[in-house]
Amino acid sequence: MAEIIIQNLRKEFGDFTAVHASSFTVEDGDFFMLLGPSGCGKTTTLRMIAGLEMPTAGEIYIGGDEVSQKPASQRDIAFVFQMFALYPHMNVRKNLTYPLVSQGMKRAAVNAKLKEVVDILGIHDILNKPVGGLSGGDRQRVALGRAIVRDPKAFMMDEPLGALDSEFREHMAEELRALHDRMNATTVYVTHDQLEAMQMGDRIVVMNHGVVEQFGTPRDIYDKPATLFVADFIGSPSMNFLSFNGAVNRGDSSVKLGEHTLSVPMQHHRMEGDLVFGVRPEHIVLSDDGSYRGEILATEYLGHNQIVTVQTEHGVARARTESIHHYTVGDSIGMTFNSETVTLFDQQTGAANPSVLNEGVVSHG
Amino acid sequence: MSYSVTEPSGKQKTIAATLVILYAVITIIPLLWVFITGFKTPPDSISYPPKVFFEPSLEGYVNLFTTRTRVTPEQLEALPPPEGFAEEIVRNRKMVIAGPSKFGERFMNSVIIGFGSTFLSIVLGTLAAYAFSRFKIPLKDDLLFFILSTRMMPPIAVAIPIFLMYRQLGLSDTHLGMILLYTAVNISLAVWLLKGFIDEIPREYEEAALIDGYTRFQAFYKVVLPQAATGIASTAIFCLIFAWNEYAFAVLLTSGTAQTAPPFIPTIIGVGGLDWPAVAAGATIFLMPVLIFTIFLRKHLLRGITFGAVRK
Repeated sequence: MAEIIIQNLRKEFGDFTAVHASSFTVEDGDFFMLLGPSGCGKTTTLRMIAGLEMPTAGEIYIGGDEVSQKPASQRDIAFVFQMFALYPHMNVRKNLTYPLVSQGMKRAAVNAKLKEVVDILGIHDILNKPVGGLSGGDRQRVALGRAIVRDPKAFMMDEPLGALDSEFREHMAEELRALHDRMNATTVYVTHDQLEAMQMGDRIVVMNHGVVEQFGTPRDIYDKPATLFVADFIGSPSMNFLSFNGAVNRGDSSVKLGEHTLSVPMQHHRMEGDLVFGVRPEHIVLSDDGSYRGEILATEYLGHNQIVTVQTEHGVARARTESIHHYTVGDSIGMTFNSETVTLFDQQTGAANPSVLNEGVVSHG
Repeated sequence: MSYSVTEPSGKQKTIAATLVILYAVITIIPLLWVFITGFKTPPDSISYPPKVFFEPSLEGYVNLFTTRTRVTPEQLEALPPPEGFAEEIVRNRKMVIAGPSKFGERFMNSVIIGFGSTFLSIVLGTLAAYAFSRFKIPLKDDLLFFILSTRMMPPIAVAIPIFLMYRQLGLSDTHLGMILLYTAVNISLAVWLLKGFIDEIPREYEEAALIDGYTRFQAFYKVVLPQAATGIASTAIFCLIFAWNEYAFAVLLTSGTAQTAPPFIPTIIGVGGLDWPAVAAGATIFLMPVLIFTIFLRKHLLRGITFGAVRK
């Protein structure tokens, strides 16, 4: 397995720029997620690493070798496609051994390798079946088998769970992660599902409009969003944004929203104009003591907790609270904010203001 | 009682089956007539009213494959006893076999030219269709339209320029000339049909092969070709049927060495009266290769026609 380094990678299709100068590093053994909405360039990035698209500019290093202009067949990586792309005219056994045959491997070695993979995935009983009649899960396993059989330098996966139904998806996600750990693999995984990314990934790159918005661990991405986009995209419900016009100075630990003074982590830069006060739903505490008040618009009961939607003078905020409390729509309610977790954003650029909270966050790579 | 919306009822099925059988009978009668005429004697074949029941004879086939000379009764007496059934049939008509006819040779010309041009059309058509389907080609749509436009008039409309050109190039009455001509006519059909089939094959299969360590060309013939087999088979049948049945160019451009069966068969009539059984025998044998080829590829052809309409 190998480390993958992406430097200033760029891809243009005619006039359209699918990926703008992306840079990030996939460490050896990482389960690495490329996350973003459709059309954000995550699949194009993956395909460039795999060699299915040639980058317009930039470098790709796989295990120290610069491969950006090499054909896919010389990069020694495996790819799991969303629709699996099993060879339809071959049975399971042939599908699995096909990558080995291309390397001119001896028959005995091929069979030994095949047995190993079949044992790992537990697919003895379907070995001689045509791939056409397989269930979604079995197709998924065969596709994974075809990827691991070759001992490649890295795995590329393009939304491999997207074609499965939701119940089975969770099971397969666990299986995938376990397989990754067992193989001690380096995996680059594309998804638009933030839960999948948080659940499986060691590290996440969040992309939007061909730009890397943020690059970090799931915890960093969630707690210390680098941009408004990331804060909005990650989390369900997403981060609350209270818009206001004002200013913070370097060293400030509070900010004025209208007549309310709210505590924030100590800010490292001055910022003024249209600003956004960002706070996660679980960091809003509803209590009548709070001086910052609003009117309850709706409540959503989720079992172990509930989401309370509150109209404030700076916009709608949603709070996650314990479900034992009862709130009535139309009542006025006070709020306090867990000040250590607040992020301030510039409305114009979308960038988070550097503060004690988000030191060391990699953004706009 | 429950009934299905999509499944036709028993009565509807019976009506449909009756119509199909009726249509099949109507279309097959002329072919059947040709087939049985081949086994009639010449007097039976022109008798009126036409004979449906008759004593079968191989005279038509013997006449098709041989040339014969009339001999006097004395000469006939002097000959040694006939060897084989062919000789016997000919002797009964007071003739002897002078040698083989040209039919075998002409038939082989048809085989060489028909299958040769089909093969060439498919090879070139598949490669071109793959390129049009997968690669970025400048002016792709214009090129495709240009290829199609070669079929917008009947090919025979350019018979005179082709005739002059072929004479100049020495391609008249050669196998190569006819193969090239039929390929030129068939290639546009082949490219368009095959492009449709290849478009339907997901690119992921080839990409998987590229990732698995195969070159682009290996991915093409190991992964794309087996997937396109259905399309290739049905395209091949269409190409072969055209090249096999083509008459006008064959009359115009061939007379001897490269003459195909279609212009040859009518000439049998002229040899010693109206020999309908021989013509019918020639037509029957001529039909066989396309029939066998089509039956052989029938499964593919059926799947080919519905290809793309319904995803399995």
